[in-house]
Amino acid sequence: MKIKKNIAVSETGFVFDPTTGDSYSLNPIGAEIMTLMKEGKELPDIQKFVLDKYDVDKATFEKSYLDFMNMIRQFHLTEE
Amino acid sequence: MATKKLPFERPLIKKLNVGIPNKFGLKTEYDPITHIDGVAIKDLINQFGSPFYVISEKTIRETYREAKRAFTTRYPKVQFAWSYKTNYLNAVCNVFHQEGSWAEVVSGFEYDKAIANRVQGQHIIFNGPDKTEADIRKAIVNGSLIHIDHFDELYTIIELSEQMEQKPKVSIRVNMDTGIYPIWSRFGFNYENGEAWEALNRIMLSKKLELMGLHAHIGTYIMVPWAYGHAAAKLADLAVGIQKKFNHHIKYIDTGGGFASKNTLKGAFIPGSDTCPTFDAYAEAITSAIINSGIHPEHMPILILETGRALIDDSGSLIGSVIAIKRLAEGKRAMVVDIGVNLLFTSFWYEHKITPAQPFTHYTEDTVIYGPLCMNIDVIRDNISFPLLNKGDHFVISRIGAYNMTQWMQFITLRPNIVMIDMDGKPHIIRKGETNDSVTSQEVVPDYLKKITV
Ligand SMILES: Cc1ncc(COP(=O)(O)O)c(C=O)c1O
Repeated sequence: MKIKKNIAVSETGFVFDPTTGDSYSLNPIGAEIMTLMKEGKELPDIQKFVLDKYDVDKATFEKSYLDFMNMIRQFHLTEE
Repeated sequence: MATKKLPFERPLIKKLNVGIPNKFGLKTEYDPITHIDGVAIKDLINQFGSPFYVISEKTIRETYREAKRAFTTRYPKVQFAWSYKTNYLNAVCNVFHQEGSWAEVVSGFEYDKAIANRVQGQHIIFNGPDKTEADIRKAIVNGSLIHIDHFDELYTIIELSEQMEQKPKVSIRVNMDTGIYPIWSRFGFNYENGEAWEALNRIMLSKKLELMGLHAHIGTYIMVPWAYGHAAAKLADLAVGIQKKFNHHIKYIDTGGGFASKNTLKGAFIPGSDTCPTFDAYAEAITSAIINSGIHPEHMPILILETGRALIDDSGSLIGSVIAIKRLAEGKRAMVVDIGVNLLFTSFWYEHKITPAQPFTHYTEDTVIYGPLCMNIDVIRDNISFPLLNKGDHFVISRIGAYNMTQWMQFITLRPNIVMIDMDGKPHIIRKGETNDSVTSQEVVPDYLKKITV
């Protein structure tokens, strides 16, 4: 899943969609994941990054990642 | 050595709604509740499981003393009577009785509980519309204070007084317009239409009953202290009438319960902790109405208070755990927890304060919190801006000491342990968690239904 090219993600977790004018906020891990996605990274890389950095098991991460992807899709921030 | 990993928080994306501020304009920043009266919640969960109720003995005693101080610094003769229905766990009742509270009961069941708690008969106030003849006999023998609710009860007592040695000690419950709505006219005798005066005359003329006092309970969660001023003034007015006509001085005026607690009512715009009147405000309204009434200073009645929720709500908490985190079809966050409306009856009218029991960040989501029951109305909070908890995390629901441990339902699951933390920070189980046996032991299966093959 790819984030739309024209979407800006700031380090502080601010997201702006110029097509709709809508803005969003992310928590720090949300900002990290979206930045990795903007760089074209897919689930395996993102998962490795998160499991290395945070105290979390694979299942908990996976559940929350799927949920996060759903929200990004629901907000129409992805290309598909 | 591996470097220590950071605590994990679920990734969150939230749409920013420009120009729509938070309903209360309040910060969502607050601290987790990790301890209650110095005891770690983690340790309590290890010991008592999840969910469970906790009651702080310290908070009960402090709240009681604060209420008592508000009244005794304004009025010479004050007596509290613990409203059993609010929380009739024996340990809780006994804390109030140790503090000097009498008992206020509204059924034969509660009456017998008070007797079993060794409250003296003459210190039990017997309220309510449903007293059986056997209940009334017992109360007469014990010299308890019978607060008459209706004429049928009054005539039963007059009849009994003709058969019994002891003179029944009675009061009447009076309902009235105190300027607030709704008027609870279903209980007692009305003041404005003369019914209360008629009942008092009937009592005095019977000569077989001893008229002890006058009672009103104008409602519950009353936010306006002045309503009590009106109630006390009207009761005092009746007392003056009795004195003039029969030269009889009543011994007490009982203004019932009904003080608000710091809980927030559903739909309220300002949290209850900011709007709840102080005990001082209620005390000022009630005591000044009696002091300024026509009652002669030498015959000032005892002021009885049957305060329930305001004395116990703050001392109770429910500790629970997250069962699941879900996303609803419409995109909303949902959290399923192990505490349902069966254990938290008051969630039907309060927006209960819920606080995580472990550290969290200031990131929140609009969340609906569901109980564990397989039933659509099992909603604990329908919309709360809540931190990002995970399955297995714990939380504390505060201010649940009133009515939940009496109005709870045995429905789908069993009722859990109730723990009291004593003045030294030591936890005690004061009601054991139910087992299948405690529920099914009351059941009887007819023999012909015992043979089943499925
Ligand atoms: C007669 C009477 N007294 C006292 C109370 C306690 O009321 P509260 O918990 O509102 O103080 C009640 C509760 O309904 C009541 O019916």
